[in-house]
Amino acid sequence: MSDAKSYDTYNTAAAPLRFHQETEHHPENGTLLGFWLYLMSDCLIFACLFAVYGVLGRSYAGGPTGAEVFELPLVALNTSLLLLSSITYGFAMLEMQRKRVNPTLVWLAVTGLLGAGFIGIELYEFGHLIAEGNGPQRSAFLSSFFTLVGTHGLHVSCGIIWLITLMVQVKRKGLIGPNKRRLWCLSMFWHFLDVVWIGVFSFVYLMGVLP
Amino acid sequence: MSDHPDLTKLIFGRLSWDAIPFHEPILLATFAAVLVGGLALLAVITKYRLWGYLWREWFTSIDHKKIGIMYMVLGLVMLLRGFADAIMMRLQQAISFGDNLGYLPPHHYDQVFTAHGVIMIFFVAMPIVTGLMNYVVPLQIGARDVAFPFLNNFSFWMTTAGAVLVMASLFVGEFARTGWLAYPPLSGILASPDVGVDYYIWSLQIAGVGTLLSGVNLLVTIIKMRAPGMKLMQMPVFTWTALCTNVLIIAAFPVLTAVLALLSMDRYLGTHMFTNELGGNAMMYVNLIWIWGHPEVYILILPMFGVFSEVVSTFARKRLFGYTSMVYATIVITVLAYLVWLHHFFTMGSGASVNSFFGITTMIISIPTGAKIFNWLFTMYRGRIHFELPMMWTVAFMVTFVIGGMTGVLLAVPPADFSLHNSLFLIAHFHNVIIGGVLFGAFAAINFWFPKAFGFKLDVFWGKCSFWLWVVGFYFAFMPLYVLGLMGVTRRISHFEDPSLQIWFQIAAFGAVLIALGIGAMLIQFVVSFLRRDKLRDVTGDPWNGRTLEWSTSSPPPAYNFAFTPVVHDGDAWWQMKQLGWQRPLSGFIDIHMPKNTGAGIILAGISTVLGFAMIWQMWLVAALAFVSLLAVAIGHTFNYNREYYIQAADVARVEAARTEALASHV
Repeated sequence: MSDAKSYDTYNTAAAPLRFHQETEHHPENGTLLGFWLYLMSDCLIFACLFAVYGVLGRSYAGGPTGAEVFELPLVALNTSLLLLSSITYGFAMLEMQRKRVNPTLVWLAVTGLLGAGFIGIELYEFGHLIAEGNGPQRSAFLSSFFTLVGTHGLHVSCGIIWLITLMVQVKRKGLIGPNKRRLWCLSMFWHFLDVVWIGVFSFVYLMGVLP
Repeated sequence: MSDHPDLTKLIFGRLSWDAIPFHEPILLATFAAVLVGGLALLAVITKYRLWGYLWREWFTSIDHKKIGIMYMVLGLVMLLRGFADAIMMRLQQAISFGDNLGYLPPHHYDQVFTAHGVIMIFFVAMPIVTGLMNYVVPLQIGARDVAFPFLNNFSFWMTTAGAVLVMASLFVGEFARTGWLAYPPLSGILASPDVGVDYYIWSLQIAGVGTLLSGVNLLVTIIKMRAPGMKLMQMPVFTWTALCTNVLIIAAFPVLTAVLALLSMDRYLGTHMFTNELGGNAMMYVNLIWIWGHPEVYILILPMFGVFSEVVSTFARKRLFGYTSMVYATIVITVLAYLVWLHHFFTMGSGASVNSFFGITTMIISIPTGAKIFNWLFTMYRGRIHFELPMMWTVAFMVTFVIGGMTGVLLAVPPADFSLHNSLFLIAHFHNVIIGGVLFGAFAAINFWFPKAFGFKLDVFWGKCSFWLWVVGFYFAFMPLYVLGLMGVTRRISHFEDPSLQIWFQIAAFGAVLIALGIGAMLIQFVVSFLRRDKLRDVTGDPWNGRTLEWSTSSPPPAYNFAFTPVVHDGDAWWQMKQLGWQRPLSGFIDIHMPKNTGAGIILAGISTVLGFAMIWQMWLVAALAFVSLLAVAIGHTFNYNREYYIQAADVARVEAARTEALASHV
């Protein structure tokens, strides 16, 4: 530590330093960073659920296997709806950048409908499984399957509620700063759920039907 | 379930008069005391018409300083509850030998040790750590508030909501009898069909929301809101440790949320994640909960390392030795925190290779920790040390924590752990590091920053009484447990047959009594200091000749913290300002942009409490209503765009003029 400062001496002869700012200091808005951090924490919840599925996914306990219960055509439809909804959300954001309220709202509505379609198909799939006696109580495999897929579905449902709320707010207040920020956050949320779903689709459904 | 679920069942669920512990005299007496005390408190508040003041100035406040103080109050109040549990256990174990069964039946004793662990970690240590970071970090980085002031208020109330549920379990129903981490299958629905584990799950889930959000909040605050000029490597060490702790919170608490959600699925929906049948895997729970649990202990200790760093350099009147190595040691500990979780269950049978890996990573943690100890010692070396109370706690920490650290390295050796696992040696070890590290750190911090928060110092005489009683009491209470652990006594036992063990438990009980007196002395210290506040007053705002920015403003700081945002050129920013003769500006004040108070946080947390309670008692109708209203209030809050206001320059000028006057009268 040859640095003179480590001995608490300061060069008083140098040009005086400015120690405060006369104008108001505006720190950068941290909402997007904060929301991104929240998404990473959410990602960890999904990581846990994936790990749990990884451990329990082949514990059939004499019950059905993935190959026996998964209907890939239905899941393919489901997946395309969700992936498409990410694209339409992108269109909504483009319109937002062009400051056009109504086209933004239309694309948001399309996104919401696609999301609702996704949830509808998922509910149908769940209902079908439960009706056939393959509910989450049947085996550890089904417990972890329902939990992972259901948690994702719950997120999408929350996303839809949020989307509707934001549509009302954009309609009322227009594309003002706070609303744009919120649209950015929901955008991140929506695409994040898409990424998670790609993991679910490959890891749970595609690998699940392997013998 | 019948085909026609009747309304009573939907509203009241499992709750009935049987849930009130009329047959347990200890609980009944406690209940009566709490009721009388609570009513008296409410009466006083009502008599002096303090409700409006409390609501406007505190409960709905989004000022990080007030929220920080409320966190500290919550932590200290819960400390009394957690310590009551502790001394009950010490008393039981000291007398319950041979024919004497003690005064606590096993089912009650089991709740006491579970509640003790849960409360001390989640509702004492966490609020104190979060409270300190909340109060100090924005001031140290020269900010006006945190990044998300409303979320901060909401986080606090969610933590409080969790604490309320734990307290409710004392008088309505019962708490978990599973130990503080509620391992299945014991915590599963077959072995624990009653409400205890549900209280555990819901209180931690609700408090966990608060903890996670406050982690996000503080991390964004540190990254985005530092004063102009403050580079990362110029942040005060406490801010650095706060940054690392919040990274840990964001990366660890979601795992707890997930694993508790899975446990509740098993209990509520009959799934088979952790059951013994149909493919469940209980050891997965143990792995997951420790993936959260180990980082959690670093979440608690890292900010305290920051506290000790600030205290040592302030009272040695020297720049901290090895700032850079201190920062990197903190970061290394942050990373290693995720690579050691399996050392909590070496006996699970993962095999020699896995155990060796985790044993070695655990031992490696002692290297950065040791580096920190040396840095503090070298800071003290040839410093002009002032033995004020914070410094005394710091020295006590260094001695005590090193002992605890060494027994920790001992436990990290898997073969040794095979005989010491789950013994009182382990109990002694983690109390050694948590009391010696986290609590001593908290007391150092309280004595250090109290004058900043309230404008007067804490009384030294009663502080010293508290210090010596605590430190000596700690050694009396926990050194015998090392001995007992080496003799093979396991934890969580309410009755013993071997009379040769009794003397050690009696010594430990004596230690607990000393600690009780230490807590009493601390409470007296607060009261005495308040009564003598005019004598203890500090008008300078810098009572210890401090080095970092929080000491540059008045005590207590104004709502806006700094009339002008500081510009930073050095790690010890305030020290440099003092050395170079900075003059406090007396004119040219500007309007300051500040966030507005809001009641949304306390309302949302209140509804969450109802939701948690309803879920615990399976009052489905109430739960559904609470959930819907939670959603409605949360959405309603987002329609409020009017969240900020300006403190007028004239008001700033008035506050600053008052300070100028106080400073002048002092000199």
